[in-house]
Amino acid sequence: MLNILTQHWSDLWSGLLFTLGSSLVALVGSLVIGTVFALLEISPYKALRVIGKIYVEVFRNIPLLVITMFFYVVIPMYIAKVNGFTSGTIGLTIYTSAFIAETVRAGIEAVDEGQMEAARSNGLSYLQAMTHIIFPQAIKITIPPLGNQFINLVKNSSVLAFVAGFDLMYQGNLIVSTTFNTTDTYIVIGLLYLVLTLPLSYFMRYLEKRWA
Amino acid sequence: MSMIEFHDVEKYYGDFHALKNINLTIDKGEVVVIIGPSGSGKSTVLRSINGLNTISSGQLIVNNRDLADKKTDMNKIRRDVGMVFQHFNLYANKTVLENITLGPQLVLKQSKAQSQKEAMALLEQVGLADKAQSYPRMLSGGQKQRVAIARSLAMKPQALLFDEPTSALDPEMIGDVLDVMKKVAEDGMTMVVVTHEMGFAREVANRLIFMADGEVLEDSDTKSFFEHPKEERARQFLSKIINH
Repeated sequence: MLNILTQHWSDLWSGLLFTLGSSLVALVGSLVIGTVFALLEISPYKALRVIGKIYVEVFRNIPLLVITMFFYVVIPMYIAKVNGFTSGTIGLTIYTSAFIAETVRAGIEAVDEGQMEAARSNGLSYLQAMTHIIFPQAIKITIPPLGNQFINLVKNSSVLAFVAGFDLMYQGNLIVSTTFNTTDTYIVIGLLYLVLTLPLSYFMRYLEKRWA
Repeated sequence: MSMIEFHDVEKYYGDFHALKNINLTIDKGEVVVIIGPSGSGKSTVLRSINGLNTISSGQLIVNNRDLADKKTDMNKIRRDVGMVFQHFNLYANKTVLENITLGPQLVLKQSKAQSQKEAMALLEQVGLADKAQSYPRMLSGGQKQRVAIARSLAMKPQALLFDEPTSALDPEMIGDVLDVMKKVAEDGMTMVVVTHEMGFAREVANRLIFMADGEVLEDSDTKSFFEHPKEERARQFLSKIINH
C-alpha cells in the first residue's frame, strides 16, 4: 500500500488538488445558486416560485453523471468546447445547488413565522426582514444538513473521473490500469477522500456548536 | 379626527367568512378594547389594520390612507401603526437592545447612538434597563412582552395594536404588562386592544367592541357596556369571563 503512495505520489497529489479545486468551486457556486433558488421558491410572487420549483425538481431528479455528460458532450457540439474538469465542476455545481436550495428553503421555513410578521409590523421591508432577522436564524438551522450536502459534494466530485477531469478517482483508475493493484490503490484513494471529508465534517460540527 | 376606519369590510379565508360587514371608526387618542369568543374575528380586525391580512372587500382607511390603494406604502403604514403580539415575537437572534434599535436604525434612519439612547430610555420606562444585553430566550414571558412594547414604541407610532398581549403569560406576569399598557394609554396613544382582561378594559378603555362570528355585535362606551350591555350574547360572554 505504501508502494502505491510513494511511487505514485505526484499523480495522487495532483488528483487530490483537482478534487479539492473542483469541490471548492462547486461548493461556493452551489451555495450561491442554491440560496438564490431557495429565495425564488419562497418568493411572494407565483412566477418566481414556479421557476424555483422547476429548477429544483429538474436538477435534483436527474443523475449527476447525466448532467455532467450533457456539458461534456452535448454543449461542445452546439456552443463551445468544455474540458472535463470544467464540465464536471459545472455539473456538480448545478446538481448540488438543487439540494442546497431545498435545504436552505426548509431552513427559512423553519423560522417561526411570527418573526417575519414582527419585522414587517416593525416597518422593515421584506428584504430587510430577510437579511436581518430570518436569514441569520435560518443559517443556524441549515448548518447540519448543509454539512451533509458539502460532504456529498466532495464525494460526488469523483464524477470527474468519467470525463477525464484529472481528479483523485481518475488518477486511481490510471494507477490501477498500469499496476493492476486494485486493492491497495482503491484503499489509498478512499483514505485520501477521507483526508478531505473528515476535516470538513469536523469543521461543520464546529460551526454548528459555535452558532447554535 | 379618525385614525382607523372600516367601511363595509368583508374578509374570507377560502370559504370561511371571517369578517362580516365591519363598520368601525377609531379616533386619534382613543383606547378601544375588542372582546369576544375565539374565532370571532378580533385578531383578523387587528391584523388587517397593519396589513398582515388583506381584506376581501370594503374599504379600510388607516391614517388617511386607503389600504386597498396600490399607491399606499404598506411599510409606511406599519411604521405608523405598531403591533404587539400574543407570542411576543421578539427577534431571537438579537439582544433586547438590538430588538428595539433595529427598526429605528433601518426604517427611521436614526444613528446608532441616538437609537440606543432612546431604547435605553424606553427600557427604563418598562423596568428592564438591566436586560439590555440579554437575548430574548433568557427573559420571562412578561419581560419579553414589555420589551415588545418598547420595540413598538421606539418607532414613535401613531397607534398601537395589541393582539391578546397577556394571554400567553403566567398570571403573576400579567400585572406588569398591563401597567406598562396603562402608562402608554395615559400618554395619549391610540390603542386597539384585543384582550380578556376586563379589569384593564374597565379602567383604561374608552370604548368596548364585542365581536362574535365575524360581526361587531356591540360597540359602546365602556361604562354603558359594563352596566347594561344591549346584546344578549355580549351579556352572556361578559358574565362568563367576569365570574370566572
